[in-house]
Amino acid sequence: MSRRWRQLLISAVVVPLASVVAGFLVGALAILVTGSDPIQAYSALFAGAFTNHNAAAETLVSSIPYVFLGLGVALGFRAGLFNIGAEGQFYVGALAGVFVAFSVHRLPGIVEVPLALLVGMAGGFFWAGIAGVLKATTGAHEVITTIMLNYISFLLASFLVNTKGLLLAPNVSTPRTPDVDPAAVLVTLIPGSRLHAGLLLALIAVPIVWFLIERTTIGFRIRAVGFNIDAARTAGISVRRTIVITMGLSGALAGLAGIVQVLGVNKHMTDTVAAGYGFDAIAVALLARSNPWGVLPAALLFGALRNGASFMQLETQVSSDLISIIQASVIVFVAAPVIVRWLLRLREAPVQTLQITQREEVETTS
Amino acid sequence: MDLDVSWGEVHALLGENGAGKSTLMNVVYGLVRPDSGEIMVDGNRVEIGSPLDAIRLGIGMVHQHFMLIPPLTVAENIILGQEGEFARGLIDVERAGAAVRKLSSDYGLAVDPRAKVEGLSVGVQQRVEILKALYKGARILILDEPTAVLTPQEVEGLFRIVRSLTDEGKAVIFITHKLAEVMAVADRITVMRQGKVVDTRKPAEASLAELARMMVGRPVLLRVERKPARPGAALLRVEGLVVHDDRRQVAVDGVDLAVRAGEIVGVAGVEGNGQDELVEAIVGLRRLQAGRVVFDDRDVSRKSTRERLHAGISYIPADRHRLGIVLELPVSDNLVLDHYGQPPFARWVVRQLKAVRTYAQRLIKAFDIRAAGPDQLVSALSGGNQQKVVVARELSTKPRVLIAAQPTRGVDVGSIEFIHQQIVSQRDAGLAVLLVSSELDEVLSLADRVAVMYRGRIVSVLEGEQIERERIGLLMAGVA
Repeated sequence: MSRRWRQLLISAVVVPLASVVAGFLVGALAILVTGSDPIQAYSALFAGAFTNHNAAAETLVSSIPYVFLGLGVALGFRAGLFNIGAEGQFYVGALAGVFVAFSVHRLPGIVEVPLALLVGMAGGFFWAGIAGVLKATTGAHEVITTIMLNYISFLLASFLVNTKGLLLAPNVSTPRTPDVDPAAVLVTLIPGSRLHAGLLLALIAVPIVWFLIERTTIGFRIRAVGFNIDAARTAGISVRRTIVITMGLSGALAGLAGIVQVLGVNKHMTDTVAAGYGFDAIAVALLARSNPWGVLPAALLFGALRNGASFMQLETQVSSDLISIIQASVIVFVAAPVIVRWLLRLREAPVQTLQITQREEVETTS
Repeated sequence: MDLDVSWGEVHALLGENGAGKSTLMNVVYGLVRPDSGEIMVDGNRVEIGSPLDAIRLGIGMVHQHFMLIPPLTVAENIILGQEGEFARGLIDVERAGAAVRKLSSDYGLAVDPRAKVEGLSVGVQQRVEILKALYKGARILILDEPTAVLTPQEVEGLFRIVRSLTDEGKAVIFITHKLAEVMAVADRITVMRQGKVVDTRKPAEASLAELARMMVGRPVLLRVERKPARPGAALLRVEGLVVHDDRRQVAVDGVDLAVRAGEIVGVAGVEGNGQDELVEAIVGLRRLQAGRVVFDDRDVSRKSTRERLHAGISYIPADRHRLGIVLELPVSDNLVLDHYGQPPFARWVVRQLKAVRTYAQRLIKAFDIRAAGPDQLVSALSGGNQQKVVVARELSTKPRVLIAAQPTRGVDVGSIEFIHQQIVSQRDAGLAVLLVSSELDEVLSLADRVAVMYRGRIVSVLEGEQIERERIGLLMAGVA
């Protein structure tokens, strides 16, 4: 048992943490090459992310969508589904929710907010569900279909938001939807900051998703399908239904991210509202090792990077694109734990797939 | 451990699954690096870091699962890796074919170099594997469980080939867990248990029972004790069943079969004659092209797998790792894999892990599953214990019909005995069992009736005195 816990600690904490450190080192290298001082740059990044006025609150604001999106992508991973369409589902969720939120009036917030959130989730569920249905019925790979659905949703959002008589608000300089009903706005948690009640929703979503995966029959099906699709089918689990539901739930979380962002931050919707959050979320889920609890620190890291980047650029002239280098290297290290283990001289516990093939080899041939 | 093999000898490596036979041979073939110790060939110490090194030293290996490329011809498969010798841009098919023909006549292994591998029988494919190793200059040939997929007649053929190779002065290492085979073919037998050599004997100096005891570490029953069956009404019937395989070829071609309560019907046959497809069709994992499946006088042809399992059909799939268990889940979850959503294991959609764990503890005890506890990952268990997990799960849901496909494949002798006893005692309690096995011994020792399957058809159903090894062997080969 203690050995198992040690393994778990290494794979769930040590390796991701070391990957982050290694990612920052690669980033430092890149800063050096461009002739700047990495220590200065990282100090500025840290200040911009945490210690400047309101910086910590802003970091949390940026982290909120990462939590929902990261949970969504992680949920898909658990069933072996690679949902690259979180960005698009974010848009569809935001579109569906914002329509409700600016259309309804004179209802109390306690009704309007949940209504808008539910409709947003439904939008995401539906959008990702298309990819799920396509996979379940025709075998079309979700990576392909969600990418395609992304384009459709970007252009759909752009069309709706830019077209008079549809969602375009009258008399605005940049195209956007009308403002949402004041009662539908998520309350501000810290006066003078933009930190909104979406943070609480995010904090509640983590244990809910954990419970869903680890303690419900749906989660059991998701994990069984993700681990061994053939054994799941043999045990009578409907793989098709599980794929559709998992994709849908994954999309619902992405849609929730979208509508929370609209109700909490923008109060209206533009056609750039997702701002790459949905793509970063894939990295968040990877860094979290598809564990809902892991999504929290991973989302915080990505929120901090996103938030601190502009101050770093302002202060030290190091391009904020550096953040992408850090993110990318972190993911490379997370995806290749063998490197990290080697760097840390951790005892061999090879990648899961490798273990399986070796085991099968031994079993079947002896 | 130490092992020495002489030129011109058939050296059998006998041991249960997980005894370390394959690991040892993977070391010799350069697939696994030894932690310590050395390998000597012709008295010289050698380093084998990869299969390439092994081939260079004249070590060839025929894996249990053939490493052939089905759409390529025999000649192409054999020269693979050395195709450069026949090519200047394009491969000279004629010259490659001639080389292969010469090789096959040198060793008396008849094959057509131009035939595509996918069209060959398993026995011939194995011959191609052996030729491939010889072509690469093998002087030491490792055969890993070579008889697993062969008919009794093909086994005879293989033994003749092995003999002719050793007459040429080559050394053959014959890995197996089948006792009778080693007596028939080996010059010396090394028995392994738990990674150690127990003893090396000549066949004349050892008896079957003695070898079995060395393998398992305790005396074993080689035959299952069982009373005559007292069958009741037919619980499972398939009528006019036609099923396609994955390539949409007819795999089951009009099968009629009935299994009555309280009897074991064995389906004998060489692997790949439609048994897998038949079983999958019965449990609803494969679409029927024609015919129907009747369970307890109800047509279940259109029911889902889940509905059939929950109605009282239990299923032990042939491929444990792929179909039977989820390696990444704990023993407890695997024990409820097909009933996780039923009370008391779940209330509405919330799983009741306490109930699951209690149930698992009971089954672990009842079926003598060697696990640290219900929370241990099933991947940490030995093959035999993993199979016990599957058997325990499928026999503990009060099934009325059991479909058992290769229920003891890759399982140690001790567990085989236990699993057989469980199946027989449930039969006595009224269970209808359809046993599909490519181990003829298993069918012979368990089945009350034997249906022989050949090319998708049941060619004969034998009962009582008619159940004879020779006769079944011929039927399996499609001769009788």
